[in-house]
Amino acid sequence: MKQLKRIATYVFLSIAALVSIFPFLWMLVSMTNKSVDVTKGRLLPGTHLLENLKVLFGQVDIMNAMINSTIIAVITTFLTLLIASLAGYGFEIYRSPGKDRVFSILLISMMIPFAAIMIPLYRLFGQISGTAPFLGIDTLAAALLPTVVTAFFIFFFRQNTKMFAKELVEAGRMDGLSEIGIFFRIYVPTMKTTFAAAAIIAFMNSWNNYLWPLVVLQSPDKLTIPLLISNLGSGYTPDYGVIMTAIVFATLPTAAVFFFMQKHFVAGMMGSVKG
Amino acid sequence: MSQLTKVTNVENPLNKKTFAQRFKKNYMGWLFIVLAVVGISLFYFYPMIQALLLSFQSGMGTNLEYVGLENYMRLFNDPTFISALTNTLIYLLVQVPVMIVLALLFSVLLNDSTLKFKGFFRVAIFLPCVTSLVAYAVIFKYLFGVDGLINELLLNLHLVSEPLNWLSDPFLAKLTIIMAITWRWTGYNMIFYLSALQNVDKQMYEAARIDGASAIQQFFFITVPMLKPIILFTSIVSTIGTLQLFDEVMNITSGGPANATLSISMYIYNLSFEYTPDFGYAATVSYVIVILVVILSIIQFRVAGDRK
Repeated sequence: MKQLKRIATYVFLSIAALVSIFPFLWMLVSMTNKSVDVTKGRLLPGTHLLENLKVLFGQVDIMNAMINSTIIAVITTFLTLLIASLAGYGFEIYRSPGKDRVFSILLISMMIPFAAIMIPLYRLFGQISGTAPFLGIDTLAAALLPTVVTAFFIFFFRQNTKMFAKELVEAGRMDGLSEIGIFFRIYVPTMKTTFAAAAIIAFMNSWNNYLWPLVVLQSPDKLTIPLLISNLGSGYTPDYGVIMTAIVFATLPTAAVFFFMQKHFVAGMMGSVKG
Repeated sequence: MSQLTKVTNVENPLNKKTFAQRFKKNYMGWLFIVLAVVGISLFYFYPMIQALLLSFQSGMGTNLEYVGLENYMRLFNDPTFISALTNTLIYLLVQVPVMIVLALLFSVLLNDSTLKFKGFFRVAIFLPCVTSLVAYAVIFKYLFGVDGLINELLLNLHLVSEPLNWLSDPFLAKLTIIMAITWRWTGYNMIFYLSALQNVDKQMYEAARIDGASAIQQFFFITVPMLKPIILFTSIVSTIGTLQLFDEVMNITSGGPANATLSISMYIYNLSFEYTPDFGYAATVSYVIVILVVILSIIQFRVAGDRK
């Protein structure tokens, strides 16, 4: 009986694992196939990889989208980490009833659905376009700005700051460091793992963001990777082999981060819960 | 670091602070959080108020005028809105419980220390989380196409006699969306449960076993109550996520066939950017999501018994 149960467990988990992995394998296989073979669901690797790559880097110009996505993701990650860590540190180290109240108000923003603020944001950036075109609609700045400050990361840093030895702050003060100096010289180096976990999640969120860039970016040279894939799929004569190759390129960075930094990755995913 | 901690842990002789020092400390604290407060206010609270004001206005594009509650009345007579709302609630009521049960099941099975290949199973089931929503949505669209792999598999196994119209049948299209979301997010939830399970005292299970509790009884009387706070957390997060569902619907079915898979977020997008723009009415629809998020979160807190 026990033996049977064990076997059932393995069978069940193996099926679950296969279902989870299969789309990835199929994506890699389809990258080497012609459009017709992809629609037919061919499971064997083909010989069309070079042609797919040629189209992807030639006609489709995925390079441009990769550059846009990278610029947006890198700047977003940097600003998110900077603003959220300063705030999380501020809320925890300089704790006061007033700040705690502000903190709980900020947390409410986690409940605000993006669809509800999308239209006012679009109008806001529309108004900005008139006076500051470099920040307005159809700029990379507009695509990243509203995503930079999120209550989630502020919460994340505050939770992690609880584990930071507060005595270090006093020690820094005794050494004559300024308050900001303590933050950059002591807090940031001590909390490297927290920053790493946050960076991974911020980068992924930005790299994969779809709805807001879809709304705010319009010209073809401003497309990000998700927009490009979405556009390729909804074209009149989609080339499925090329699309699958594009998907591989879209997934590579996040998959690589996952495999090389699994611990930080999971820590970031779990984020706020611990503590 | 631990050495430093020990040394400075001694009672600080300079503990008494003057008023000026305290003021400086307080003022510095506000400096640290000012950017975050400004950012959240500008990109969340201000648009939220704007959306509320917009929801009482109507008109095309930028020619808007106040119409009172007209938009809210319009909701009740708008068949597209009704189907978007119904679809979203169906996704919610079917997908979230199925996913949470699956995730719990995986985590309990994988928490067994005698199980082999645990690491592999964990990574495999978690792997879908690394894909972007658009990317996996497109893959699912092709897998579930009329002559896609899923149909071919079903035909070869003689489970169906002719290919199923996964994406053009109203019921099957909803099912496809639900399966897709479940594929993407089950592993994510599993990770939360797995880490919570490590904090559950093993002796409790031992005691239960001695008392003759079956595995199923142990699951319902130990695991579920112990994981209640984290189940509550994940169900709220999933609820908010599902209410905002957009990327998958947009890229798998575009809301079709005949709005059978349309989600509220997608309807808002269509109202604003696909049809003749009616920002006022779109804002009204968006407030429905806000109201749903609030109501459902309250219900979930009540059901879970307010335990933090």
